[in-house]
Amino acid sequence: MTDILAPGAVERHLRARRDTGRGLLMPYVTGGIAPGWTRYLEAFAEAGADAIEVGLPFSDPTLDGATIQQASETALARGASTRRILADLAEGRDPGVPLVASTYYNLVLHDGPEAFCAALRRAGVGGLIVPDLPVHEADELADAAAAAGIDLALLASPATPQPRLAEISRRSRGFVYAVSLMGTTGERAALAASAAELTARIRRGTDRPVLLGFGISTPDQAREARRHADGVVVGAAVMRRVLDGAGPDDLRDFLATLRQALDQE
Amino acid sequence: MRDVPPWREPVPAAGVMGEPRERGRFGGYGGRYAPESLVEACREVDEAFREARADPGFRGALAELLALHAGRPTPLTPARRLSRELGVRLYLKREDLTHTGSHKINNVLGQALLAARMGRRRLIAETGAGQHGVATATAAALLGLEATVFMGERDIERQGLNVFRMRMLGAEVVPVTTGSRTLKDATSEAMRHWVGATVDSHYCVGSVIGPDPYPWMVREFQRVIGDEARGQCAAELRTGVPDHVVACVGGGSNAAGTFAGFADTPARLVGVEAEGGAGAARGRLGVLHGCRSLFLQDDDGQIVEPHSIAAGLDYPGVGPEHAHLRDLGRARYATVTDEEAVGAAVRLARTEGIVPALESAHALAWVIREAGGGELPAGSTVLMTLSGRGDKDISTLKELV
Repeated sequence: MTDILAPGAVERHLRARRDTGRGLLMPYVTGGIAPGWTRYLEAFAEAGADAIEVGLPFSDPTLDGATIQQASETALARGASTRRILADLAEGRDPGVPLVASTYYNLVLHDGPEAFCAALRRAGVGGLIVPDLPVHEADELADAAAAAGIDLALLASPATPQPRLAEISRRSRGFVYAVSLMGTTGERAALAASAAELTARIRRGTDRPVLLGFGISTPDQAREARRHADGVVVGAAVMRRVLDGAGPDDLRDFLATLRQALDQE
Repeated sequence: MRDVPPWREPVPAAGVMGEPRERGRFGGYGGRYAPESLVEACREVDEAFREARADPGFRGALAELLALHAGRPTPLTPARRLSRELGVRLYLKREDLTHTGSHKINNVLGQALLAARMGRRRLIAETGAGQHGVATATAAALLGLEATVFMGERDIERQGLNVFRMRMLGAEVVPVTTGSRTLKDATSEAMRHWVGATVDSHYCVGSVIGPDPYPWMVREFQRVIGDEARGQCAAELRTGVPDHVVACVGGGSNAAGTFAGFADTPARLVGVEAEGGAGAARGRLGVLHGCRSLFLQDDDGQIVEPHSIAAGLDYPGVGPEHAHLRDLGRARYATVTDEEAVGAAVRLARTEGIVPALESAHALAWVIREAGGGELPAGSTVLMTLSGRGDKDISTLKELV
């Protein structure tokens, strides 16, 4: 079991920032979305991101809504692959904040969990999110991730019953990814009511950082999410802008508004 | 017959095609690789299914629906003229004669009854050829449920008749415009939709794929094909059991249901896939749509878009139990081309007066190709599941024949 191993670098970093009272911001970008895409990472860091989620696009993203689906399709059509994205990361400038890869389990299994985690490590990635890998199937990847020093963050959902939620919190590394609503990724008009209840349930059982994601798209929503969680993940709101042609500078400006909202709360 | 491992002598093994191991495992395949938001819903389906199958009331209600609404049992038809031509003794298990015209109704009546028992008001389904969608729309109408069916735009174009049937039955048909716009994408979209609708809707998966308990549950609802055929063979054949049991495989539900009736016999089990969608014969280990199984992938691990003339075989993977049966050597998986399937459909029409679905024609094409050869020696007895009728394919066939 991985429980005896100390938390990795992502978790240490997020805990340290959280403990200063800072609201955590983790924006997402689909790897390989555009030429020179790693410049987005630098812009995100400059805007005050505390970690950055890098999507490794998969042909069949079953938990993603229209925006991330389109981003995945666009990146794949450009020739993006796990190997190329990790090579870009290894060659690009270190953004100075932890990188967390996210992808579907098929891509992890492709070369096997050990080889996959070792490749992440070599590219300087410290964390991993796999939305179609629930806790009861996670043993083989959790062990490989721990051995490679990768924090495997698990997802919790409003439908997760209490004993299982405790297990997710206990076995998650880096942070607990709280899925704010029963649905796919994508922008929403308002923060779901289920977000507050879920984060409260998670926090009763763990002091691990809790990041709220799915549907958080505006400064107001980020501010509200911050009242319940340690921070937010912002994906579709970023990628819709990227798909509409926004460059790194535009995204820096957008994320700065979220940063400001989190700092105010 | 490339890429197919050699026969091991079939051993009637206890436990093969029984209840899967813990966490829905068939050997190293299966499992419940669902997003966390669906895990609880899968657990509820599993619990309800286990209760229902142990309940004589549920079993009786399902048996009654299968008899009075779906028209079971279906006959075992000796294909006399074609058998003479091929030099083998071919028997057809006539799922094409069920209400709605394919084996899909067996599973759907089971799941619809289960959904009603669970208090769900709506069925969600994916469909390729439209047969599962039509069956779902039918069962929903019969039991007073709503139905929402996801169907790839490309399949909607080539299966217009079934789209109209679903709408006539009161179902909502949602076109899926992502990816290859076929069954794989319709399945992804149905899963996405279910994430937001678990409270009042049951996802009625149409094949032996998906997160646990679906591969097992769907096989159990389809096992009526194999169980009936086993009894009919016992009455009809001198040997009691056929030498070969053959069925087409997309996800593999009619094959799983058929094989389940013969897993503990010496019969050789053969699944026939489309050349362009051969998950069992050509796939590699992966996870898609909730289960660990064999999927067609490129060198980067992206799922390859399948191509088959039969929309119901246009799936890039195969059910986890088929992957397991392949590894065990208990079943083998072969492929046939579009042309072979069309040729087989025409031949069955002209020798036996039966127009088969293009999916089922794949199984027949293998029998025709191998009859008299090493795979299927002259004089062999063959049971083939004719999974559906060809009415839905008339416009496709019209262009080719």
